[in-house]
Amino acid sequence: MKVEQRPAASPSKDALTDKATLLKLYREMLLVRRFEEKTAEMYQAAKIGGFCHLNIGEEATIVGTISALRPKDYVYSTYREHGHALAKGVEPNAVMAELFGKETGTSHGRGGSMHLFSQEHRFYGGYAIVGQALPIACGSAYAINYEEKDEVVMSIFGDGATNIGAFHESLNAAKLWHLPIVFVCVNNLYGMGTAVNRASAVTEIWKKACAYDMTGERVDGMDVLAVRRITDQLVAQAREKHEPSLLECVTYRYRGHSMSDPDTYRGKDEIKEWQTRDAILSLGDHMKKQKMLDDQEIQKIDEEVTAQVEAAVKFAEESPDPDPKDLYRDVYADEVAS
Amino acid sequence: MAVLAMRDALNQALREEMKRDQAVFLLGEDIGLYDGSFKVTRGLMKEFGEMRVLDTPIAEEIIIGTAIGAAMSGLRPVAEMMTVNFIMVAMDQVVNAAAHIRYMFGGGTKVPLVIRTPGGGGHQLGAQHSHSHENWFAHVPGLKVVAPGTPADAKGMLKSAIRDDNPVMFIENEGTYAVKGEVPDGEHLVPLDKNEVKRPGEHITICAHSRMLIIAMDAAAELEKEGISAEVVDMRALRPLDMAPVIESVKKTSRLITVEEGWRSYGVGSEIASRVYEEAFDYLDAPVARIGAAEVPAPYNKRLEKIAFPGKADVIITAKALLGKN
Repeated sequence: MKVEQRPAASPSKDALTDKATLLKLYREMLLVRRFEEKTAEMYQAAKIGGFCHLNIGEEATIVGTISALRPKDYVYSTYREHGHALAKGVEPNAVMAELFGKETGTSHGRGGSMHLFSQEHRFYGGYAIVGQALPIACGSAYAINYEEKDEVVMSIFGDGATNIGAFHESLNAAKLWHLPIVFVCVNNLYGMGTAVNRASAVTEIWKKACAYDMTGERVDGMDVLAVRRITDQLVAQAREKHEPSLLECVTYRYRGHSMSDPDTYRGKDEIKEWQTRDAILSLGDHMKKQKMLDDQEIQKIDEEVTAQVEAAVKFAEESPDPDPKDLYRDVYADEVAS
Repeated sequence: MAVLAMRDALNQALREEMKRDQAVFLLGEDIGLYDGSFKVTRGLMKEFGEMRVLDTPIAEEIIIGTAIGAAMSGLRPVAEMMTVNFIMVAMDQVVNAAAHIRYMFGGGTKVPLVIRTPGGGGHQLGAQHSHSHENWFAHVPGLKVVAPGTPADAKGMLKSAIRDDNPVMFIENEGTYAVKGEVPDGEHLVPLDKNEVKRPGEHITICAHSRMLIIAMDAAAELEKEGISAEVVDMRALRPLDMAPVIESVKKTSRLITVEEGWRSYGVGSEIASRVYEEAFDYLDAPVARIGAAEVPAPYNKRLEKIAFPGKADVIITAKALLGKN
């Protein structure tokens, strides 16, 4: 489906110009891409079980938003969150090991693909119920205000979540309580197999912010620099003014909803069209034009990132399964009889 | 030791814990400026301010969700759900989130959260305002569930719940807020995992919690007049379920009645009976008798409602029947 783009408040590509920043964004996006390609491969090889939702196609949205945060800022995400964890700094080894269900995984094999978590990286979790994490993210933001810290919460969810009550309760509370939070809607145009215009009376998701007198922005989620620039503004607004906001990133997942999705509800042409706007290729081209990068360097980065992902697979393969005697560990924070 | 109403014992616990620990804060509908629907939080906003006593919109998911996130971020929230009937709107937050977060994240975080909420019927409030759902919560690993029936236990268990590192469902009862009892001053802690004999007896054991504990105690007093000595076990700790005093009692009396305010099917009494069959079958002289609400949505009409909820007479009749004295 076609999406009218509402330009972000200011033009994108002139704000972020230094080579180091751009290289970092490029490398992080490529890591997500290669990691997810490998994840698909491992899923098909039955090394990964359960549901598995890939971030391929959404890299600019992921890296553009999360790279604007500080280490102590929180990220709350969904069940499509491998890339979000990586972008927040969680080690690829621990993420892959979790997908493999191993004891060395982010959640010691208890969570799997949909429940990554890292307290240390303030990656506050993948939640598998649509819209569930928004109220919880508000709780972290309330704690920030309560303890008068200068941290920020980023709550990431899909377009489907914006039709759920918890979304509206959260936006209302965030505005009412002056929470330092940025709500990021990854609008990939489909809630599972149902297109946005078949599920939402308002197809421009950013407009839903208006109901709560909140800043709403829409950005091209395939343009990492545009995403980063607007996110920088909204994060600063949250941190400095305790003004929440809703950012809609219009993007696309190249793969199905999950690994078990035959993808019959959208045309192949549509997928191809979005792939022509690929975020990684676009940033590569942009940097080449700016003489920041050449094909040889691109090749080298790809090799490094691929090696990193291969190492993660090796780590996951060689890690032990959880010990059956630990089945009951961590149901409670203390020893509790059933 | 002062004599306090249940609501004031709870209020005292909240006040003491808020003074003791800056991380403790309250949130819920009308708990601040309005002083609480049942006045449990009376005066606390005035004393501790609007940040620590947060009046929320009537939006149950944001109440529980905010509490969970704050708990994961270092605070110790006490959420009030005005009545247990409203928590069904937020069951996803309670079960899918609060109860499971620690485990599904591999122990990477904890959720030190208390959800206070009153249940119970008998006030002509009809089907949607008369539920008792403690068995629903007690079904779920990851939650602790308590339901005190005396003001002293209410204070001591609430203080323990606030200091606990797990999500605790703290079940109150609308019909007990005015019930008075002696309450120890200051530091009075009652463990969340210990049930106890509230009245010793020889001939029959009666298990009950929350408002039904009061009913059971009244029934036991009446039975005494007729020469029947009933032992009453307070089942205030529902998950983890402390069966030790029940098993010990049944070994002595060989007869057991369970009393709960909710429906019998799949209820607290069903669980207690199963465990007694597993652990003390040979000691029983009669099948376990379960008393609970009639299996209908709570009716409004006063007479119908009276017969729909268990009362003292039900316990007395059942006890006599079990002892062959009818």
